[in-house]
Amino acid sequence: MSRILLLQGNQAVVEGAIAAGVKFYGGYPITPSTEIAEQLALRLPQVGGKFMQTEDELAGLGTAVGASMGGKKSMTATSGPGFSLKQEMLGLACIAEIPVTIVDVQRVGPATGQPTSPAQGEVMQSRWGTHGDHWVIVVSPSSVPECFDLTIRAVNLSEKYRVPVIILMDEVVGHMREKIVLPDDYSQIETIDRKTPDCKVEDFLAYGCEEGSLVPPMAAFGSGYRWHVTGLVHDETGFPKNAPEATVNCYNRLRDKLMDNVDDIVEVENYRMEDAEFAVVAFGGAARTAYEAVDMARAEGLKVGFVRPVTIWPFAEKQMKEVAKKVKGILVHELNAGQYVLEVERVVGKDCPVHFYGKYDNSSATPAQMLAEIKKAMG
Amino acid sequence: MSVMEDLVEKYFRPGRLPHIWCPGCGNGIITGAIVKAIDKLQLDKDEVAIISGIGCSSRSTGYLDFNTANTLHGRALPIATGLKMANPKLKVIVPSGDGDATAIGGNHLIHAARRNVDMTLVVYNNSIYGMTGGQYSPMTPKGSKASTAPYLTIEPSFNLLELAKAAGATYIARATTFHVPTMVDVIAKGIQHKGFSVIECVTACPINFGRQNKAGSAAKMIEWQRDHAVMMGAWTRMTDEQRAEAKAAGKFPIGVLFETNDVQEYTEAYDEIIKRAQGGK
Amino acid sequence: MLKFVSKRCKGCGICVNFCPKKVLEITELEKSAIIKGKEDECIECGQCEMRCPDYAIFVDKE
Repeated sequence: MSRILLLQGNQAVVEGAIAAGVKFYGGYPITPSTEIAEQLALRLPQVGGKFMQTEDELAGLGTAVGASMGGKKSMTATSGPGFSLKQEMLGLACIAEIPVTIVDVQRVGPATGQPTSPAQGEVMQSRWGTHGDHWVIVVSPSSVPECFDLTIRAVNLSEKYRVPVIILMDEVVGHMREKIVLPDDYSQIETIDRKTPDCKVEDFLAYGCEEGSLVPPMAAFGSGYRWHVTGLVHDETGFPKNAPEATVNCYNRLRDKLMDNVDDIVEVENYRMEDAEFAVVAFGGAARTAYEAVDMARAEGLKVGFVRPVTIWPFAEKQMKEVAKKVKGILVHELNAGQYVLEVERVVGKDCPVHFYGKYDNSSATPAQMLAEIKKAMG
Repeated sequence: MSVMEDLVEKYFRPGRLPHIWCPGCGNGIITGAIVKAIDKLQLDKDEVAIISGIGCSSRSTGYLDFNTANTLHGRALPIATGLKMANPKLKVIVPSGDGDATAIGGNHLIHAARRNVDMTLVVYNNSIYGMTGGQYSPMTPKGSKASTAPYLTIEPSFNLLELAKAAGATYIARATTFHVPTMVDVIAKGIQHKGFSVIECVTACPINFGRQNKAGSAAKMIEWQRDHAVMMGAWTRMTDEQRAEAKAAGKFPIGVLFETNDVQEYTEAYDEIIKRAQGGK
Repeated sequence: MLKFVSKRCKGCGICVNFCPKKVLEITELEKSAIIKGKEDECIECGQCEMRCPDYAIFVDKE
């Protein structure tokens, strides 16, 4: 049985988290993500989970990381200023490989910016926000039902790859209300739990991988496998190591565990791309304009299609190259002054002209505005 | 084997000693006292988690054979809180430095105290940032020299235990590296206490505090602790006038300064939320 | 009997200072040791072991 509901994107994230098996949330109130905290405060204890409103943004992710070390699927949610504050802890989750899901409902920035207006200014921050070389997964939903599905997927990916996964939303998607059909019983939904060790305690290596895998099993604190979590560069024992070889091995595995699995991680939606001669690329809230703009272009006989990266990072390199092979031009649309477009240019700039339609006036584009930009780019 | 040799064998990770601390640094004495307290209580190693931030004292976790983490500067308490929420059965101990606990982690400290989460914070107070080479901390005595205070510090220092108590900590205690049995005792009591416990362990940093302040050798600095610490019993028996005089002479009480069991522990309180949310009363 | 774990000893001298019988010294190699000829004067009080920050000196009472 299922329920038909009218939910906000933020509320759908909450239901996705519950369905994914999240049992801990730590966070600090911030617009436009607060509804996620409010709703999880209500929902988590109903399923035996725990919610904490922490003293600040740092402790929000900090408690989530701690709860994850204790074996619980954990998450936090925030918005721009809070996302900046969380970067340090995100780095710890990266290097110590603690699964955690972080929602960032983007607003206009920097600093306080415009708290209730949409923007997509954290595309690069979500990839490079914490200091040092690191690798993360970033996904971006563009509808309320997708907020539900992608939250489940984000939690699953974080557990599977022992990596922080960022759900990069924007004010449009977070606050928009849409129809959503949810199952009454979430137990049939496919969820992934981190792999736990089954070796003898004395054989356990904190970051030792099984043959053919780059993701080490993770023991919950208290499970009988005693190990050491550290933010220092470490080897497979989990203890700090300064040797150049150990350092490079540490980084390479953090990279390869994701980059060797991009086919599993990277998801891209194509819309009317079969015979397209020109492609629009947009994601998140900005993608919503593109569907209609493409339909309008088609109605005028223009062979325009739409490519929507659902996974923002790792960058959809293979998919974008395929697009570039078949179209005469690409128009990247973002609610910022140009971030994702830089990656598109890097990867396919030599194969096909890449145009940019950036909108950073605190409102989404209308389909008509985008159609005009498409026509301009098509010459 | 002596008792301590036995404890080192049992609770320290094989092959990790010698530790990184400087000659004469008291951190090893405090870490030893934590281990003695754990042994005194006969805790199961699998049910103890020791979570630290960053700094000299925070390095202690790497040597100890428990569930351990050496996390981020100032952030041990939030991580420890999340861990305790995930598994309230764990005995959670947080070794921290004076800078880690009261400067960069100060906000987390007061809120952990306010919530009364069942954790034991052991502050290795050496009055200085040792790892970075001797900069003043919020617990450096006013008028001290530091590498960032070449003209002496003008900032008054925190009274950590009064701060923790005012914020809601339900157990506060102090010891020094001279008074090792007292230290073991107050740490053990702090671990047993159901609520947020703060233990200040006064220790010497002979290299980065001592040298700049002409405090003498490590042994001389420990003698200073011996000469300035007053057992809590004697401290309370003093008249107000005597206590004021003792404080003016730089003396301070050691032992259990305050304990209450009147405040509900946080994870227990949360269990009631779960019951309410699931339709119980 | 005193047992020294020399590889851990950093020669800080805390044990020497607090030895009530003054039987300890720091050698030229900057390690704690019992002064030659004073082996019998140790009363195994454990003051050295108790405050050794390096777990480098133990009193074996057996």
